[in-house]
Amino acid sequence: MNDTSTLKPGHIQGETGIWEMVIGLEIHAQISSKSKLFSGASASFGSEANRNVSLVDAAMPGMLPVINEFCVEQAVKTGLALNAKINNVSVFDRKNYFYADLPQGYQISQFTKPIVGEGKIIVDLDDGEQTTIGIERLHLEQDAGKSLHDQHPTKSYIDLNRTGVALMEIVSKPDIRSPQEAGAYVKKIRSILRYIGACDGNMEEGSLRADCNVSVRKSGEEFGTRCEIKNLNSIRFIIQAIQSEAERQVDILEEGGTIDQETRLFDTSTGETRSMRSKEDAHDYRYFPDPDLLPLEFTENWVKDIKEKLPELPDSLKKRLVKDFGITSYDASILVEEKDYVDFYQQAANGRDGKLTANWMITELFGALKKDNLSFSESPITSENLGELISLISNGTISGKIAKEVFSEMMKSKKSPSEIVKEKGLEQVSDDAEILKLINLVISDNQDKVNEYLSGKDKLFGFFVGQVMKLSQGKANPGVVNKLLKEKLK
Amino acid sequence: MPNKDTIVDVPTVNKIARLCRLDIPEVNKESLTNDLNNILGFVAQLDEVDTSNVEPLASVTGHKLPLRSDDVNDGNIEGLVLKNAPESSSGFFVVPKVIE
Repeated sequence: MNDTSTLKPGHIQGETGIWEMVIGLEIHAQISSKSKLFSGASASFGSEANRNVSLVDAAMPGMLPVINEFCVEQAVKTGLALNAKINNVSVFDRKNYFYADLPQGYQISQFTKPIVGEGKIIVDLDDGEQTTIGIERLHLEQDAGKSLHDQHPTKSYIDLNRTGVALMEIVSKPDIRSPQEAGAYVKKIRSILRYIGACDGNMEEGSLRADCNVSVRKSGEEFGTRCEIKNLNSIRFIIQAIQSEAERQVDILEEGGTIDQETRLFDTSTGETRSMRSKEDAHDYRYFPDPDLLPLEFTENWVKDIKEKLPELPDSLKKRLVKDFGITSYDASILVEEKDYVDFYQQAANGRDGKLTANWMITELFGALKKDNLSFSESPITSENLGELISLISNGTISGKIAKEVFSEMMKSKKSPSEIVKEKGLEQVSDDAEILKLINLVISDNQDKVNEYLSGKDKLFGFFVGQVMKLSQGKANPGVVNKLLKEKLK
Repeated sequence: MPNKDTIVDVPTVNKIARLCRLDIPEVNKESLTNDLNNILGFVAQLDEVDTSNVEPLASVTGHKLPLRSDDVNDGNIEGLVLKNAPESSSGFFVVPKVIE
């Protein structure tokens, strides 16, 4: 068996040595526009079949495409957020192929002159490390329709509602070196798109999907032949598909075989990739500039206006959270993943202990939501209530232990923590006299242990603290208990 | 005007036909190849002009690409959209199965 314990992610131990993965991603992000890229039909998801189809989308003869300004703006905005070069002149091309859900017989896309050129983003890895991934380009294109193959034994059913919906294809450079990095890259792109509102990032509904180009090589060697895994719609599948595809390639190469450059599909039931039916001419798309569309041009000033309106992005927010709230860079990277998290955190932590708030939000709140199968927006605990809980802990009204009890109650009843503390009489007892009473009780009940302690068995101190806490039903202030016990047992 | 260089041969015609989903009878292929070569040879005369310092011309009218605002003002015409379909069912186009 391979010893994988010391193997880095993205490395595969073969018979002939260690192989390294080389990965590039093409992300298709549906633009959050109301109407389509070149027609006024609705771009909404889940309508009756062929309801959101105009004569342009149906490719009726003589219909002309007119571009949606909002979509152009989103592409520029995304380009700026990816630190990329904006091309003030870009061109639409026809990518020709035949398929039942592509009534035009071609997809309008951008080939030689995309709207956005090279850029780069910083990606946060699980171990707290960061890496920079290059962006090759971003272009605008039309989505295709949807074919249903399971409605009839010999027929396919075609719904053109998605036909012509605006997509941004974001192409990375082959800078990614492990499945985990690929996952983190998609997460980061998704997060940026959601911050700026260019795409809702909903992977279940297909608003964000990725094609993964995978090859393997020995460290330092030239890139190997790559295969493309099509249409992955979850980060988990992306990670699984890349790992399994890279292992397949290593097996072939080690047996002396060669990799055929081809398009593959990921079978979620087997966790393996398989070849799509071979379409020898599939890649002969015969691109040419679309004669129905003039080049897309805009001014530097228009780009500048968009740049000025960009919201604060995750990287800058992360730095600010670390600086303003004193939390770790790792916690900050979790909090900035979603705009909703940051907003919630900033409200809850405002004027309070930032680290404590981050702990409670990341460990307790995220954990409880996951356990109850709730999304973040469905949280029964508001930012005000979590903040109040933090205050109650910080000012000593309740102990950390009692706070967990209050927290569970907050998840259940949606009540404010102070209400719960009052109702259940959970205030922490910090009064010396009251605690001393409990201490005296514990001492008189455990005289033998007191003697042992006094003759040098220091470890028993914890036992006394525990007994006092138990007697107080967890309400005694542990700091005060410690202090008074020490004095008492001198 | 017959051209000196053959640009297209029969295999190329076969390939283009397949990409275009055109069924070309075998007897027509030779003449089609000649026609295509004549057409391409005629157009190839443009290559004699040096355009290395000329920007591609997208339009002679001076018009810019018109933009529209993001409004939903089309669609809801599934009857019209499906009207010419050889076959349709419950709002879908129905076509021969495209996967095996």
